[in-house]
Amino acid sequence: MIYVVIGFLWLSICLYVILGGADFGAGIVELFTKKKARHKTKEIMYESIAPVWEANHMWLIIAIVILFVGFPEIYTTMSTYLHIPLVLMLLGIIARGTAFTFRHYDAVKDDWQVLYTQIFYYASLLTPFFLGLIAAATVSQSINPNATNFLDLYIFSWLNWFGVAVGLFMVAICAYLASIFSLRETRDKLDLTLMIKKSKQTMIFVVITGLLVFITAYLSGIPLVTWVFSKPLGIMAISFATVALALILRAMNQRKLLPVRALAGFQIIMILVAATYQHNPDIILLGNGQHLSLLEHIAAPKTISALGWALMLGSLFILPFLFYLMFSFTKAKKS
Amino acid sequence: MDDFIAARAQMALSLGFHIIFACVGMVMPFLMAFAHWKYLKTNNEVYKGLTKAWSKGVAILFATGAVSGTMLSFELGLLWPGFMKHAGPIFGMPFSLEGTAFFIEAIAIGFFLYGWDKFNKWFHWFCGFLVGLSGLASGILVVAANAWMNSPAGFDYIDGQYLNIDPIKAMFNDAWFPQALHMTVAAFCATGFAVAGVHAYLIMKKKNVEFHTKAFKIAAGFALIGAFGAPLSGDVAAKSVAKRQPIKLAAMEAHFETERGAAFVIGGIPDEKKGEIKYALKIPKVLSFLVSNDFNSEVKGLNDFPRDEWPPVAVVHYAFQIMIFFGVVMICIGAVYLYSLFFKKEWLTKNWLLKTFLFATPFGYIALEAGWTVTEVGRQPWIIYGVMRTIDAVTPMPGIQYSFYFFTAIFVSLSLIIIFLLRRQIKMVPKLYDPTDIQFNDKNKKS
Repeated sequence: MIYVVIGFLWLSICLYVILGGADFGAGIVELFTKKKARHKTKEIMYESIAPVWEANHMWLIIAIVILFVGFPEIYTTMSTYLHIPLVLMLLGIIARGTAFTFRHYDAVKDDWQVLYTQIFYYASLLTPFFLGLIAAATVSQSINPNATNFLDLYIFSWLNWFGVAVGLFMVAICAYLASIFSLRETRDKLDLTLMIKKSKQTMIFVVITGLLVFITAYLSGIPLVTWVFSKPLGIMAISFATVALALILRAMNQRKLLPVRALAGFQIIMILVAATYQHNPDIILLGNGQHLSLLEHIAAPKTISALGWALMLGSLFILPFLFYLMFSFTKAKKS
Repeated sequence: MDDFIAARAQMALSLGFHIIFACVGMVMPFLMAFAHWKYLKTNNEVYKGLTKAWSKGVAILFATGAVSGTMLSFELGLLWPGFMKHAGPIFGMPFSLEGTAFFIEAIAIGFFLYGWDKFNKWFHWFCGFLVGLSGLASGILVVAANAWMNSPAGFDYIDGQYLNIDPIKAMFNDAWFPQALHMTVAAFCATGFAVAGVHAYLIMKKKNVEFHTKAFKIAAGFALIGAFGAPLSGDVAAKSVAKRQPIKLAAMEAHFETERGAAFVIGGIPDEKKGEIKYALKIPKVLSFLVSNDFNSEVKGLNDFPRDEWPPVAVVHYAFQIMIFFGVVMICIGAVYLYSLFFKKEWLTKNWLLKTFLFATPFGYIALEAGWTVTEVGRQPWIIYGVMRTIDAVTPMPGIQYSFYFFTAIFVSLSLIIIFLLRRQIKMVPKLYDPTDIQFNDKNKKS
């Protein structure tokens, strides 16, 4: 049953990065769009996320619940030593979620919209950045419970160049996903050309920040290269992601939009496989040499089995309902 | 402010804030679904407008409830890692189920808000109803988790170790049912009165009278169910507290000496040092009767418990009194309304009746917050009653006071924005939601 639980944990993180990421990306892309095209971009972006956006950030909650029920030590270690970036990420989630709702449901459209929109933009940027920073901190051995002073315990546990690079990479991925996903929402050729240009720009950003992650890892002594390229699965995942990139470009030029979307999702999953599989089952590598493992630092067997059943039962209800929601809105838009 | 107090203050603030939205989120969709049902039955466009107006409220408050709930799921770990490390696997079951309920709610909201004229009308209606149903389920599940802190079950605590963990037993602990029942009823009462109050005000202002009268009637109906259900469910809850946490009951009543035929204390100023209560109204033997249906049964007093296990008596006592007071006031208002509904129809349009409801707008929420204070402060100094002290659960990270200031600022600004937004929704009723109003334009009918 533990593998079911780990599977769901991984799935919810994946889905949060892809769906929630596209969500955040919508704000980021809008932020980096010139004023002239902003309104257009906003409309297109909005079309693609509106009905499901409430559901998207639920994946994060599921991941958090799985962590604290099934892997309490991992959860408490993170929430103790990564307190500050977690609070900052939380701030982003709050600001973004509410600003999005406010700007959409506000009965009056006036100058207040400008404020919600600004909050929405910067919060969209902040959240994935800190999400990346937190993810980086878990594997960069920067958390050291044996440290004795405040700075080492609660600041340098997450603040380092590798973390910043991963944060930026995460931002890039979100923007990339959002622009790719929105291609299918465009209404005419002009819009499509605009969004394809955006997709290509964000793609470059992904590649650059991706390289930055490897460079900072190397400089900080994090064996990222060994992790990714020492096991066949890692090499395969990275190769697939690269091939997908080429295929996406090709499909984009041929204006085949469904494959573009599917390939982008696949590509991100491959990147996540490469990033997570290599030190699996260890999920937190601590600075004192200790590793917190998904197979060892787990809750009591009865808890794990109850959690596994709850997740399977839950997904029976959720997944068909969610797919029906997505399907019916795609259909409604087309008709 | 020391870190421990700051952490408690932040948690109290977060819970206090979240509870309001959680309760609105539990009840408001039912109001909305009821109006929607009326529309489908009568084809009266006013009900459609009302449904849409309320659904916007639901959307705004749902989003706020969702983020404050997300905050809580983080704060549990950020502030109380010592607790979560042990408790997570034991009391986490309801949270994992709640995830499902909440997810369904989020999806159903998507269907409902964007589904006008897109689906079969009864499927669409059902989605709205489902929002309420899943909201209710998640509320009950979260309360079950909280109840576990009051009535720990599903594990053996031996030599500081938590053994033989059984999350299902933990979920169905002794306190879950009485707490969940009372909470649900209170949510209906509070939301019913709050919504009725707002619409009463607008009727008094003579704005879109038909629209607001329809809204008022539905909301007042829900308020009635809550107001009359609250004392009944409260009785179940009090009996359960007396059995499980006699010290909490003693603090609620500022009952210091163990005695038979204990009096029910109303009001008064408790003096913890002297172990007495001054200026209180005492109704002989009633407390004994309330907790055990026997006028002469024994009720344990605070003095029978070690001093370091007492909760802050005054806070718990006052909170309990406030809850009872507003509860009684709401029952009285409910009774008058019920009487006028059956015997004095002309009262229904009278300004004094509307004014009474206007004043009562916050009463349910005051009672609700007071009730939660009784539950939560009454459990202190324990975070897991009788097992783990709150102070042993707090995060080792220093400087929590800044986090408290920070979150206070967030909550205050969120509250202000929500009030601002809801006011704007109300202001736009003539243009967007009331089809009988001349300002209502055709364009909006489709949105």
